Amino acid sequence: MIEFTLEREDWSLHRKGQQDQERHREKVREAIRENLADLVSDESLIMSDGRQIVKVPIRSLEEYRIRYNFQKGRHAGTGSGNTKVGDVVARGRPDQDGAPGPGQGEGAGEQPGVDYTEAEVTLDDIQAVLFRELELPDLADKEAADMTVDTVEFRDVRKKGLSTNIDKKRTLLQAIRRSGRPHEKRVSITPEDLRYKTWEDITKPDSNAVILAMMDLSGSMGLFEKYCARTFFFWMTRFLRTKYANVQIRYIAHHTEAHEVDEEHFFNKGESGGTICSSAYEYALAMIRNEYPPERYNIYPIHFSDGDNLTSDNEKCVKLVTELCSMSRMFGYAEVNQYSRASTLMSAFGKFELPQFRKYVIREKSEVYGALRHFFSQSGGVRSA
Amino acid sequence: MTNEEMEQLAASIEQMTEIAKSFGLDFYPMRYEVCPADIIYTFGAYGMPTRFHHWSFGKQFHRMKLDYDLGMSRIYELVINSNPCYAFLLDGNTLLQNKTVCAHVLAHCDFFKNNATFRYTSRDMVERMAASAERIYHYELQYGRGRVEQLLDAGLALSEHIDASTDGRNARKVVKQQQYLHRRGEHQVVFTSNPHASTPYDDLWELDGKPPADDAKKPIVKPRAAQKDVMLFVIENSSTLEEWERDILSILREEMLYFWPQLETKIMNEGWATYWHLRIMREMDLTDDEAIEFAKMHSGVVLPSRMSINPYHIGLALWEDIERRWNEPTADEIATFGRQPGQGREKMFEVREMENDVSFLRNYLTKDLIEKLDLYLYQKVGNDWRVVETDWEKVRNTIVASRVNGGIPVLYVEDGDYNRNGELYIKHEYEGVELDLRHLERTLPYLHRVWGRQVHLQTVVEGRDVIFSYDGKKTQRRFVKE
Repeated sequence: MIEFTLEREDWSLHRKGQQDQERHREKVREAIRENLADLVSDESLIMSDGRQIVKVPIRSLEEYRIRYNFQKGRHAGTGSGNTKVGDVVARGRPDQDGAPGPGQGEGAGEQPGVDYTEAEVTLDDIQAVLFRELELPDLADKEAADMTVDTVEFRDVRKKGLSTNIDKKRTLLQAIRRSGRPHEKRVSITPEDLRYKTWEDITKPDSNAVILAMMDLSGSMGLFEKYCARTFFFWMTRFLRTKYANVQIRYIAHHTEAHEVDEEHFFNKGESGGTICSSAYEYALAMIRNEYPPERYNIYPIHFSDGDNLTSDNEKCVKLVTELCSMSRMFGYAEVNQYSRASTLMSAFGKFELPQFRKYVIREKSEVYGALRHFFSQSGGVRSA
Repeated sequence: MTNEEMEQLAASIEQMTEIAKSFGLDFYPMRYEVCPADIIYTFGAYGMPTRFHHWSFGKQFHRMKLDYDLGMSRIYELVINSNPCYAFLLDGNTLLQNKTVCAHVLAHCDFFKNNATFRYTSRDMVERMAASAERIYHYELQYGRGRVEQLLDAGLALSEHIDASTDGRNARKVVKQQQYLHRRGEHQVVFTSNPHASTPYDDLWELDGKPPADDAKKPIVKPRAAQKDVMLFVIENSSTLEEWERDILSILREEMLYFWPQLETKIMNEGWATYWHLRIMREMDLTDDEAIEFAKMHSGVVLPSRMSINPYHIGLALWEDIERRWNEPTADEIATFGRQPGQGREKMFEVREMENDVSFLRNYLTKDLIEKLDLYLYQKVGNDWRVVETDWEKVRNTIVASRVNGGIPVLYVEDGDYNRNGELYIKHEYEGVELDLRHLERTLPYLHRVWGRQVHLQTVVEGRDVIFSYDGKKTQRRFVKE
């Protein structure tokens, strides 16, 4: 018998490990899909600007065994001499309740055994699964005209520019301001004082869909309500930006009055006061009339509220929403109603039979996912449970 | 490794083989294969190049490969207990590293061949696993990948609960014989008493391998004595498994029986291989650079860990201590045991043959050694892990206990017809360490999957007997009334 052989073969076609690794990844994706409702409303994700990696408990991917509880046992270790009773071997992380075993927390590398109970999932992974299910409902081809407009608007002032465009007033103001300093004798204009008007080309986006995101920021909207609404709009914004390159989103915040706000304000600021929802609808209607003619735009007004509207205002709301619906492809009304109380606004909207009108009640965080699917699916939507 | 290095390695191996033989090592013919990293890690994850597909191996592969790519850890080699013995070397290793690895695996192979624990392992497992993988693949084609995968999930979760002991082997032989006799008796009464028999020739059809018509209604037996081999009990008595499913579980059980001795001799085996690679490499002509590289590599391998027992480190220390104590016995040892000086190697070869980790540690981990190695016990105190014990006997006993049954909780099947309802009753042999209850509650559904009826497991929590039951919908726990 030959005592030994030494060989080197071509292993490049051996893909077994990679194949099963791929199967594992597939299972991770499946698990994300199953846990989507919880993931979508995960606080750490929303607060992290999307950079964070979240840990998703994925039950089907852990290999469960009947094994000893590492936390409760005594284990042997090797010291470097003169180890005394009471010496600290490793520091644990406080309040790590339910931590099932080693391999977690700080200094994980030093702890025996590595068995993660959770799979790490990035925002992108979740988006990939979530957005596959969403789409803008009933999107119609609108007139493709006015894709770009060649007008110019002077709306900026700079230090460099064409001499024909000197902004005399600002140049003088700047000269006076500089000359006011103690050692200056008189007002003079130096080249640094010159200010030029500059213009911008105004181009209209080539897409013609617009979302009017309306949110109730009144005092009755508690932390939970605002959280749900913002989570919804967070995903909605990301979804639209990912899938429809040029969809416009306009943010309207309201309490007793409505006004347009920028994205940052919409997501981060709190307000207070009473609730008159019709103010938001009126504002939206005005916006549509001025900027988004329905024959050119697919319009999607979506309104988040806790339903706690001024009762006398309801009738007006119904009228305005009917009008909004007639101009829109879909009108979404989502009500965050933690305790399932009878809400004045929902009871007013309850009778609607309009095909464009969709409503959804969010009772718990995980239902934000349901709302997303309800509003962003083809006609009819998904009924709330 | 360049071609030139391959030639040098071959020359070195020839030399080392001679040196090893002159030391008295006794091994199978060796088959060294130089492979790229992803292949080594594949084999590491699967435990065998030819094993069947399962996502958990893929997950393991990914994790190991990632650690390697990030430079956090690396496997130097992989050796397989078979005849001839396959050893896989990493292409990315330096020549010196691969030389060391070859010396190391020679000793592993000697251990596989000569240690009593390994006496019944199949030496043709590479081929057997390939054949099993082929069968499982065909089941996937026939019954669907999903079903096979689900069964493998359940089977792998339970596969550690087998009985690899000689006692278990002998007991099974007796049972087999009785079953055989029993079955012959059954056939004699088929003609008269079996109401399902449609023709008098049914027993003849059975000889063709056709399962009897009422196979599912096999009598559910009570194990005569508490049976440790949960897998075997399920395979033989489950009311729900189809034949192909029993086959898959038998494959898993057979593979675990093959791997089991390696679980039971981890410290001995690694210590033995480390002891010998050190001795063999010392006989080789190394350049200064190589000597330093070797010293670095070796010290990396035996690096002690504050949070665990490094088997290379402790194992090597134990073997060297045995050699010293039998080479230079104290006056006391000469007087009490009649031990003659200079018998170190002889004693080592005897121990290599007779012991497993439990007896090895119990017999040779002495007070002096524990103090010299500064071994201690630590435990979670509040949020921190603190040293709680340095008394040598307690340290030794805990280390020994942690090696019992390969470090896996011992379960016994107590009853296969619990509540007279065909329910499975399993008892955990509690010896002071509680089970991971979270894992337990999630493993029971797997047991239910293969048993087909309600399953119960009795263990101890906070000093009280508790029974966990799973009925196919939810897990319940209740205290045992005293």
